[in-house]
Amino acid sequence: MLRILHKVPGLIAAILIVVITLSGTVLSVLPAWEVVAEVPSRPEAGLSVATLVDRIAITYPGVEQIKRSPSGKITAFYFDGGQPGAEVIDPATGIGVGPYQRSGFARWMTNLHRSLFLDDAGRWAVAADAVSLLTLSVSGLMLTARRVGGWRHFFSRLRGPLTGRLHVEVARFTVVGLLLSSVTALFMVASTFELIPEAENPPVFPRVVSEQTGAAPGTMALLRDTPVSALRELTFPYPGDPTDVFHLITYTGEGYIDQGTGEVLIWANAGLWQRVNETIYMLHTGQGAALLGVILGLMALGAPFMAVTGAMIWLQSRRARPRIKGNTPAGQADTIVLVGSEGGSTWGFAATLHRALQEAGHKVHTGAMSGFRPERYTRAAQVIVLAATYGDGTAPTSAKGFLDRLAALPQAPVMSLAVLGFGDRQFPHFCAYGAEVARLADQKGWTSLLPMGTIDRQSPQEFARWGHALGEALGHPLELSHSPMIPQCQALTLVSRRDYGSDMQTPSAILRFALPQTGRIARLMGRGFGKFSAGDLLGIVPEGASVPRFYSLASGQADGFVEICVSRHPGGLCSGQLLALKPGDSMQGFLRPNPDFRPQANAKPVILIGAGTGIGPLAGFARSNRPGREMHLYFGARHPDSDLFYGEEMQDWQGDGRLASVTTAFSRTETRSYVQDALRNDAARIARLINDGAQVLVCGGRDMAAGVAEALADILAPTGLTPALLKAEGHYVEDTY
Amino acid sequence: MKTLLATLALTTALSAPALAAPVTLTTNLSNYGGDGAYLALYVTDSKGVYKGSLWMAGGKAKYYKHLSDWNRATGGNTAEISGITGASVGAGRQLKITLDLADALFDAGYELHIDAAVEDFRDSPSEVVVPLTRAGANKPVAGRHYIQDFTYGL
Repeated sequence: MLRILHKVPGLIAAILIVVITLSGTVLSVLPAWEVVAEVPSRPEAGLSVATLVDRIAITYPGVEQIKRSPSGKITAFYFDGGQPGAEVIDPATGIGVGPYQRSGFARWMTNLHRSLFLDDAGRWAVAADAVSLLTLSVSGLMLTARRVGGWRHFFSRLRGPLTGRLHVEVARFTVVGLLLSSVTALFMVASTFELIPEAENPPVFPRVVSEQTGAAPGTMALLRDTPVSALRELTFPYPGDPTDVFHLITYTGEGYIDQGTGEVLIWANAGLWQRVNETIYMLHTGQGAALLGVILGLMALGAPFMAVTGAMIWLQSRRARPRIKGNTPAGQADTIVLVGSEGGSTWGFAATLHRALQEAGHKVHTGAMSGFRPERYTRAAQVIVLAATYGDGTAPTSAKGFLDRLAALPQAPVMSLAVLGFGDRQFPHFCAYGAEVARLADQKGWTSLLPMGTIDRQSPQEFARWGHALGEALGHPLELSHSPMIPQCQALTLVSRRDYGSDMQTPSAILRFALPQTGRIARLMGRGFGKFSAGDLLGIVPEGASVPRFYSLASGQADGFVEICVSRHPGGLCSGQLLALKPGDSMQGFLRPNPDFRPQANAKPVILIGAGTGIGPLAGFARSNRPGREMHLYFGARHPDSDLFYGEEMQDWQGDGRLASVTTAFSRTETRSYVQDALRNDAARIARLINDGAQVLVCGGRDMAAGVAEALADILAPTGLTPALLKAEGHYVEDTY
Repeated sequence: MKTLLATLALTTALSAPALAAPVTLTTNLSNYGGDGAYLALYVTDSKGVYKGSLWMAGGKAKYYKHLSDWNRATGGNTAEISGITGASVGAGRQLKITLDLADALFDAGYELHIDAAVEDFRDSPSEVVVPLTRAGANKPVAGRHYIQDFTYGL
């Protein structure tokens, strides 16, 4: 719901928001410009309005009105020989420094900003736009809090794809300004249309005046007591009209002064409501608060930026997630399918399940696990949870908050529950998150429709089997034929290969493919291979299989080729096919971004730790490193003569400064050393580097990563740091397989 | 056009039912380079005492205080212009209204005033002050700031 609230007005109002915020930014500069460029001099301290009027009256005897803008610019309006004039006045001398002109540009921009040149209709449109901006800001704030795991972590480091990160990063620094500007905008619209009460009535024109003339303004007590800094405007009586009076408006109030006696006839202090009105006007326009205006203007630039990145995020997620056709509203569905997915593949299974259940006559609602609201499922007979597992059993993105919400329920929902976990048996914690969901539901006493099922590596066969079991429980046949959605692949042609490890019975190779050529239009449509860096993943679908395998890229786009490091797995279909490639042969592949696994964009040292083919992305980082940034490589292999991948390059990179040091450990030599042993030998240096803010990047097998984490925990123990702490800050990143 | 006979008859205390004739008031604004102008057209006696309003160009009452002579005379009472209010008039544009004015108003010392105000520009009360005479009909009168010329045609 929150996401819909953020998305729909966002997309509709995006264009209008861009226009309004950009014009707002331009306008925000004007008050500052006026202060800097159009105010001739600051009045001397304590200069009174009386003295100022005396000075001006010498040069402009026909002065009718004196105005002071919030910037401090003083303008005199006068009549001279029947001709009206207006001059900007230097308060030090009372002499004009140039004619006063209201800038046509500012007026044009103001009218665009507040009414799109459409008068009242335009003002309403702009008001609606301010409402959408406000809605977006509030829902965006809540989404951000949800994303980072609570308000306390509001400014914590962000993870995930670049577009999403940029969107949130800009949002959290500009949302304050957008909230302020949209709320004050709505107040001003309401004020324009008189929907909120006007400020207290100004004092009425005095009924009785002395009907004398001739008191010099310079002698009037009120004008002598009023400093120029408090002046807004002073209007002179009509020449020759003894019933007319001086009219003074200041920041504290307004009143009338007799032109014959110089006495104050009526004075009324500005009320609280008027001050509120004026403050809101100042906060919105920056008039009287030029610096704040510029800051708000800069923050307003966040809106067009977020409009663009927001639209991109929406497009990307549309592409990544299959469309659920005929989604029944949650309140009318008899079956609720909840999806916990990280990369999007579980949504594909959900779509298949949704379709099959629908064909079996069910009314099905499919949504994210994070949107779990059992109180809305008024007609549901069963809830089916499809839960992937992320990392070591943490909730995948679309399931954030599910367990908390389930735990908080006073009692188990009345409908029954089926849980299906998705995972990979190669990893420890297989389907750990799904199991946790099932465990908590059981503990709550939630009726189970059928025992928890598991799907290993997106197996369509297992999914179909589970479908039969589900159908049995539901009392009708259910056929789930799922073919995983694989992104559009590109043909990758092998350019060269370097072979290793044949003498150790583990053939392996560095495979270098040519960069796939994509047309400009395909790229624009997002159909090309895409931009990539070392550390991103290359998905390869081997012939005879429907599920892709992923390899860490050892090169970036700038290198001009696609490189991976592959070793033969016993019985491995994909590695076998890859290692059988000869130059000129090709495989189908696609790109999957892995934006968290790469050196941070700063100048801090980097410690690269890897073993076996895990060297791939690390070599890529070293290759694209610029000399001067300290990068240390710890590399574990079996034997220097067998699988020392990138051995020659490492020497070159050390020579030109791209690598500050290279430390190797060999497990099949006499020394029998592993990479974690090498770390322990270097404990002092590693502790110092990490203390200095170094980032640690680990790539390789699970066991190696666990050993490395253990070694680092020991090394860091004296400093009070832990790998877990470093991980939380993004200073310790793993890519394991 | 709304007849002003009744209101003006009352405020001018003309007891006998007066004869009335349609009068066309034409106001041409100059290109002063600002947003639309608020204009108040009203009648005073020769001493400047307010007698009644003829037209208000501009819909938002919160800005009427900038038509300061009119505001001063009426206390900003919008009942004075009930039913005789229109849109503000853009720079360089023309406001043309036809209404029934009592014959007795002409050649009797009455004056027609126009107050003008433009956003962010100076207020211009009594921008135009013209005596209502039959001889003065169809003769353009210039305003001080925003009004290029004003004519009343019998």
